[in-house]
Amino acid sequence: MLYSEKVMDHFMNPRNVGEIENADGVGEVGNAKCGDIMKIYLKIENDTVVDVKFKTFGCASAIASSSMATELIKGKPLNEVLSLTNKAVVEALDGLPAVKVHCSVLAEEAVKAALLDYFTKNGIENDMVEQCRTHCASCGHDHDCEGSCSSCG
Amino acid sequence: MKQFIYADNAATTKVAPEVLEAMMPCFGDVYGNPSSLYTKGQEAQTLLQGAREKIASLLNCKPTEIFFTSCGSESDNWAIKGAALANAKKGKHIISTKIEHHAVLHALQALEKQGFEITYLDVDEYGIVSAESVRAAIRPDTILVECMYANNEIGTLQPIREIAKICRENKVICFTDAVQAVGNVPIDLEELGVDMLALSGHKIHAPKGIGALYIKTGTRVSTFLDGGGQERGRRGGTENVAFAVGLAKALEMAIAKLPEMNKVQAMRDRLIDGLLKIPHSRLNGSREKRLPGNCNISFEFIEGESLILLLDMMGICASTGSACSSKSLEPSHVLLAIGLPHEKAHGSLRLTISHETTDAEIDYILEKVPQVVDRLRQMSPLYEDYLNGKI
Repeated sequence: MLYSEKVMDHFMNPRNVGEIENADGVGEVGNAKCGDIMKIYLKIENDTVVDVKFKTFGCASAIASSSMATELIKGKPLNEVLSLTNKAVVEALDGLPAVKVHCSVLAEEAVKAALLDYFTKNGIENDMVEQCRTHCASCGHDHDCEGSCSSCG
Repeated sequence: MKQFIYADNAATTKVAPEVLEAMMPCFGDVYGNPSSLYTKGQEAQTLLQGAREKIASLLNCKPTEIFFTSCGSESDNWAIKGAALANAKKGKHIISTKIEHHAVLHALQALEKQGFEITYLDVDEYGIVSAESVRAAIRPDTILVECMYANNEIGTLQPIREIAKICRENKVICFTDAVQAVGNVPIDLEELGVDMLALSGHKIHAPKGIGALYIKTGTRVSTFLDGGGQERGRRGGTENVAFAVGLAKALEMAIAKLPEMNKVQAMRDRLIDGLLKIPHSRLNGSREKRLPGNCNISFEFIEGESLILLLDMMGICASTGSACSSKSLEPSHVLLAIGLPHEKAHGSLRLTISHETTDAEIDYILEKVPQVVDRLRQMSPLYEDYLNGKI
């Protein structure tokens, strides 16, 4: 099998699929040309992610990475959410094939883009905001993807 | 009982029981080397020669023009590189198309590195090459024209007879990769007029590991695999007698069933019409000039690998031209060549059916695909954008 059982489980039974109305932060990264787009909705109360939903256009690993990322940040304080890495997503999924690791990068970036949206909307400034802003390698593909990810415009 | 529907016959096919039965003596008593002079060897030689004669008779050529190879890719490589090497003094220009199989494209790319110049012809929106574009591309230094008979992804049938005629008029070798066509459409080599034709066993219910190359007498092609004089000194290596016998049997069965191909085509049409009822879908390739078992449809807002894996969970084997299912992370060059934007190429589904497909299986596919497409759309941000009028 191409994918681990964990990946298949999160692909077949994705957690937290959907939208949040009036979300406190929304992040969308990737582009259709590359074949994956992730959109993450956050509900934030008392500096904690109280709810998270996602929508993903992409392959099984993109869907599983989004699903796992939402599980990893749900109920977590923002400082922990900010330290989410794609590596943590890969590990939690019991690994991804080398050509699919960029999906986990996209998941990390979608979360950060949603946080950036929250910070921006609320006029919050901190080091992480800057980090979110400058970070963009959403596609990760070796071909030229037109347009850049929406997290950094 | 869990459903299992094999709808990926363009990828490979199940070995037919009759083919296996025909091969069995070669795994038992008939183990001699066809090159050996004694009776044991000659028994094998007889089977091998019988297979060659059968294939030649089915395709209407001479037995001495059929050469067994290990697969379609080997046939493609031999024809292309062999013709290039043998005719390099005349010129180094080759004409092909943008929608060829990778066995052809990569063989051509290898030649480019050795100083050959390749013209890759465009196709129209249905994936059809115009014969006139071949004529226009021929130059004094053109030595070979290669065009596939039928496309492996979108099933488009090419005007090979017209292209072969133009090649004859211009004294250029004409080679067709007919791996997807042989056994699915009638082929008469004398009438077709090509100089070389590649075919593969495992696409027509013979085992993987056997192919053949037709080389018309008088065609200048270098030997590709040097060895002990097998295949009239043109392709070395002890012959795979069993698989050659299997290939001949499979071809005989496929051609005998050609008159029933209209039933396969009717099922294919039902599949196409049924799937096109799904909103935001489109048929890739030509509706008329199409292999009888090929259905290739793009669904907007979703990605093909997810689609294939969800269909697999429902017992349906199919394939896609999505980048995410390829090792290169590039979407299908064929779908891009017919003008599909990347996002629509990502959402393609190829179903290739055979004589073994049943109407009940078509019903099942038509029931499940819309469910899977809907499920993926429900979690697609692109679909959400569409519903909200953003795209």
